[in-house]
Amino acid sequence: MKEPTYSKIIGDGLWLNNPGLVQLLGLCPLLAITTSVVNGLGLGLATALTLMCSNLTVSLIRKLVRPEVRIPVFVLVIASIVTVIELAMNAWLHELYNILGIFIPLIVTNCCIIGRAESFASRNSADRALLDGLAMGVGFTLVLVTLGGLRELVGQGTLLSHAYLMFGAAARDWTLTLIPDYRGFLLAILPPGAFLGLGLLVAGKNLVDAHRAQRVAAVEAPAAQTAGAA
Amino acid sequence: MEFRRFSSPHLPVENNVNAMMRRVLFALLPGIACMQWLFGWGVLINIALAGASAMLAEAGMLQLRGRPVAPVLLDGSALLTGVLLALALPPLAPWWIAVIGSAFAIIFAKQLYGGLGYNPFNPAMAGYVVLLVSFPLELTLWPAAGNPPDLSTTLALVFTGNPPPGTLIDAITMATPMDSLRTQIGLGRQLPELAGTVSGYLGGTGWEWLNACYLLGGLWLLRVKVIQWQIPAAMLAGLALTALLFHLVDPAHYATPQFHLFSGAAMLGAFFIATDPVSACTTPRGRLWYGLGIGVLTWVIRTWGGYPDGVAFAVLLMNLAAPTIDHFTRPRIFGRSSGSAP
Repeated sequence: MKEPTYSKIIGDGLWLNNPGLVQLLGLCPLLAITTSVVNGLGLGLATALTLMCSNLTVSLIRKLVRPEVRIPVFVLVIASIVTVIELAMNAWLHELYNILGIFIPLIVTNCCIIGRAESFASRNSADRALLDGLAMGVGFTLVLVTLGGLRELVGQGTLLSHAYLMFGAAARDWTLTLIPDYRGFLLAILPPGAFLGLGLLVAGKNLVDAHRAQRVAAVEAPAAQTAGAA
Repeated sequence: MEFRRFSSPHLPVENNVNAMMRRVLFALLPGIACMQWLFGWGVLINIALAGASAMLAEAGMLQLRGRPVAPVLLDGSALLTGVLLALALPPLAPWWIAVIGSAFAIIFAKQLYGGLGYNPFNPAMAGYVVLLVSFPLELTLWPAAGNPPDLSTTLALVFTGNPPPGTLIDAITMATPMDSLRTQIGLGRQLPELAGTVSGYLGGTGWEWLNACYLLGGLWLLRVKVIQWQIPAAMLAGLALTALLFHLVDPAHYATPQFHLFSGAAMLGAFFIATDPVSACTTPRGRLWYGLGIGVLTWVIRTWGGYPDGVAFAVLLMNLAAPTIDHFTRPRIFGRSSGSAP
């Protein structure tokens, strides 16, 4: 089987096959914790790290694991990686850990991770699997941060509030109050806001894709005509 | 929209969306007049704001979707959504409440689903619920019923958010009967102590007249066959019977059925909101279940829920259930035994 090129892997993860916007995988954490940029970034980075480690490990052991038992083995690998990350966050990012709560251990159940292990890492070499984990993880993180930013802005009129949870005391005054004296639009912070926001993001992506396809068609059509005339 | 037609000879009747929406708006007039008398100019200001922004949002969305704007805009459905939402809003709420609510109702609850005829939820109630969960404080700004503030005070409150100098906002607004009932019961008071302060002759003080006016308009709608009897009758029966049952068991803590029927949005909901032909059930038997569900849920949310009135939530919940109810209540096809495949 021909292995995909590096640029295709990156393009897939960030845009064409984005886990948040196209595969719609891992929606539970995606919808539940994106109430602010920092929450989204925290969970996104944890997920990305898990994806990279699990993709690399699965790819390295892919020749040793018999296909009949591969799923339990993948789950074990992912669970141990998530446990390590959970303990590390508890130690060094304790406040953020408390806010994200149950959703850190629940990274194990994020279908995106087992999906990449099964459909990509177990069939490709280690370097490509690692890159795929990185691209998918960054793609997922970008969606989480965008959705978190959207909900934080509409809900409270700020961006990057509580940034010190991730970046230490120096980040205490990073909070951007974009709309002063804002009364708050509670719906955006509540769960319906997550569904509406994600729906709008997916619609936005489809709109961009449709515009692109139209432009490509517009460029190709005259070219085909001249070719036909020749 | 399929209307029941009788066999000939008959006069051709005007049956279209436009005429139907116009009749519903006519039927709302007594209620609007009564509300204006009870609560002052804020009612008309809300109707103007919500109606205008609903029409504007509808025009914008139709333009974006590449649909013909004028014919759809003039069918009155967007205007009706705006007016129904405005009637649910407190008359002293700031101007942007009505604007945000009706824009959400039209853009998200109606046009994103495909416009009139495709919306699974009642747009006006979706807009109202969004406002209720997002701006709980602003949605309590009801003036005391029958003692409305004058025009300049209303204008100042609606457009600047502050009462004119020398007036206190707490002197103008007052908890609605449904609201104070739940607060007082929550404080351990008993219903007989509250007689005369919370409830009037039938329902909540002042609100009983409003509900009576909606009942009048609704009965006229029934008479001109714009709506059918099943949904209003079943909803009011569900509300009244549940209230009666609990009132008989414990009269000190559960309000009387007539209080429930003539307070809050009971009559507006039964005749004008639950009967929305798009989002309600369509089979005759299904309509009965649908109305009954709304009535019982309204009582449950009013009594045990976190919000003073429950009509909007009950309607949205039953909207969700409507396709399933329709599926199980399909009428027997003529010439076949019931339950046989079509």
